[in-house]
Amino acid sequence: MDKSIVLISALVLIGLIIWWFFGKRQTESVVATRQGDKQVIEVTVDGGYKPSVIELARNIPTEITFLRKDASACFEEVVLPDFGVRTHLPVNQPYVVVVNPKEVGEYKYACGMNMFFGKVIVK
Amino acid sequence: MSIRNRLLISFLLSIPLLIEMLGVMLPGGMMATVVLTSGVMIIGGGPFFISAFKSFKNHSSNMDTLVALGTGTAYLYSLYAAAAGLHVYFEIAALLIVLILLGQWFEELTKSRASNAIEKLLGLQAKEATVMRGGKAVKVSLDEVVVGDIVLVKPGEKIAVDGEITEGSSTIDESMVTGESMPVVKQTGDNVIGATINKQGSFLFRATKVGSDTLLAQIVELVSKAQASRAPIQKIVDQVSNVFVPTVLIIALLTFTVWYVFLGAAFIDALLFAVSVIIIACPCALGIATPTALMVGTGRGARMGILIKSGEVLEAARDIKTVVLDKTGTITEGKPVVTDIIGDEKNVLLVAAALETASEHPLASAILAAAKKNKVTVQKVSAFTAIAGKGVRAKLSGEMKYVGNRALFKNNNIALDDFEVELERLENEGKTVIIVGSKTEVYGLVAVQDQPKATSAEAIRQFHTYGIRTVMITGDNEGTAQAIARQVGVDEVIAGVLPGDKADHVKALQSHGKVAFVGDGINDAPALAQADLGIAMGSGTDVAIEAGGIVLVKNDLQDAFLALRLSQKTFGRIKLNLFWAFVYNTAGIPIAAGVFSGMGLALNPALAGTAMAFSSVSVVLSSLMLGRTKLK
Repeated sequence: MDKSIVLISALVLIGLIIWWFFGKRQTESVVATRQGDKQVIEVTVDGGYKPSVIELARNIPTEITFLRKDASACFEEVVLPDFGVRTHLPVNQPYVVVVNPKEVGEYKYACGMNMFFGKVIVK
Repeated sequence: MSIRNRLLISFLLSIPLLIEMLGVMLPGGMMATVVLTSGVMIIGGGPFFISAFKSFKNHSSNMDTLVALGTGTAYLYSLYAAAAGLHVYFEIAALLIVLILLGQWFEELTKSRASNAIEKLLGLQAKEATVMRGGKAVKVSLDEVVVGDIVLVKPGEKIAVDGEITEGSSTIDESMVTGESMPVVKQTGDNVIGATINKQGSFLFRATKVGSDTLLAQIVELVSKAQASRAPIQKIVDQVSNVFVPTVLIIALLTFTVWYVFLGAAFIDALLFAVSVIIIACPCALGIATPTALMVGTGRGARMGILIKSGEVLEAARDIKTVVLDKTGTITEGKPVVTDIIGDEKNVLLVAAALETASEHPLASAILAAAKKNKVTVQKVSAFTAIAGKGVRAKLSGEMKYVGNRALFKNNNIALDDFEVELERLENEGKTVIIVGSKTEVYGLVAVQDQPKATSAEAIRQFHTYGIRTVMITGDNEGTAQAIARQVGVDEVIAGVLPGDKADHVKALQSHGKVAFVGDGINDAPALAQADLGIAMGSGTDVAIEAGGIVLVKNDLQDAFLALRLSQKTFGRIKLNLFWAFVYNTAGIPIAAGVFSGMGLALNPALAGTAMAFSSVSVVLSSLMLGRTKLK
């Protein structure tokens, strides 16, 4: 009897894991705001990158401010390979990364160990 | 709290638990055990739980998820067991936290060694400079130096920025930037590089590049971009790591269910198998396999004056079969020098130098340099006439003299006599020969050649020892090209190529396998781009950032060989790291799940924790070894 309960709950848990981690989710994307001749956007780092998708306009110098609230070693570094950026993020201090998006496209970025991902869309 | 302190406290709290494991009963009994373990879980493990929860809320997971679930399961079960009077496993939960923290601490220590190339480069920068302002020498900080400033450098001082010597001379140690181990002699008119060290003399120089334009700043930018880049091989890893943690959780659940429900194992045994699976699967080693090797490889390159621009370059370097070398400036010095003087040396040089000083012919500078070396004073001439395509004539001490080629002397009916044989011999050696004479006789010959650099032949031999075919490409005629080719020993010569056609020749060679092109960054840009791997030779003070996948600071062909080897070694190391990390994770999971327990092969959670902690350390150590591996 208890074995069938264990079996059923294990199957239910597996279903929940698949639904929670692999289920398709609508990702919010936030557009950078213009400030004179540059555009700025803030990304909070706390268990992930929020917003996880940011939209930038092409050919405008951009300041992405990362605010790392999560002390976990996982978020120590942020890497934007397409923009040539690999940098350490201080905890609870805004850190500005300057990029200049030149080509339209979608660029993935990640933490130093490639476990958490964010996306930059250049339009 | 730092990882080190968390480790220290957790370790101290765990000591009594470890002693208890050996069967010694400690005062306080179960209550003391619960308190000590809870201390470890909160102080040592707390951040893992917080991070795991935060990413869970975000529908994502990381290695903290696995640590939290693995240790949390052991801890919660033990709390239940303590209440129910069953055997407890508190020491396993505490020990896992200690081991994982130990692994992270080691990783932190070794990783900072792997990634400090940029800091080292930035540390080379001078802090201040002595600048002439209003006729006085004033000390200013580095960022106050502007282009055009005259900077004074005393013996032992660091040169602040890039510039050109206006007064004085010195020997300069440029090893920190170019990788050139011998100090270089510099005099008025020569370029100096910021961050290099002045050895003996004092001199003044005019600042030509400051701030982000300096060579050092360009190198730093290049290296940091390379370290942020990703090798294409890593894409597989990215795809795996996206689904890795949830998949492991599912496998752990299945492990528990199969053991408990289908194989009839005891509840706690099935649970320990599941915990082992969760702990051993931490994908830490996988995540750092590529970045650490990339950092060590590019960092080592930077110290040798070899700038690898991205992870993609490493992959391109893998199966290079052919290296195409530009001749002028790459194999050779790039400027002609006098190699032979036939006839009365002093007299021949005297006449040649006097006439050539007024000429703008590219060979003139070679002759003037030879005259200076032989201490021949350059005399004044009159009635100077340049005869297009043939040479020059002018009056020296009242008599008409001629300096030029065969045609010039034939037209004036001056016989070459005995010099004919020598002339032919020198021409067969691929040298340009200048005939010197008067209206009635020939005084002698001056042979000029753009000579191979001292290290070129050795570099080409090194390519051959690794089975790489060498091809020299040049705009020179066949004779000159073959002569140089014989001296350095290249396999094949493509002569008479127009600058714009080099890329086409590279393309043709690519049909037989991967091709690397070595040339200067400015003229050879199309060929550098066409090749599978472009190696741009540096001009000494300027890094051709745009051209080529690899940029050499020093103008030495041996560096091209070393660059290729370093790229191959780094890529090999990335592959090795990834292979072990994958094997480790994929082979470790079934063992931890107890698949082989019938054969006596099993991992308990503590062993899994130890293995997990040291897998990532071993990957970092493997990357660090790249800094010492032999390249030749």
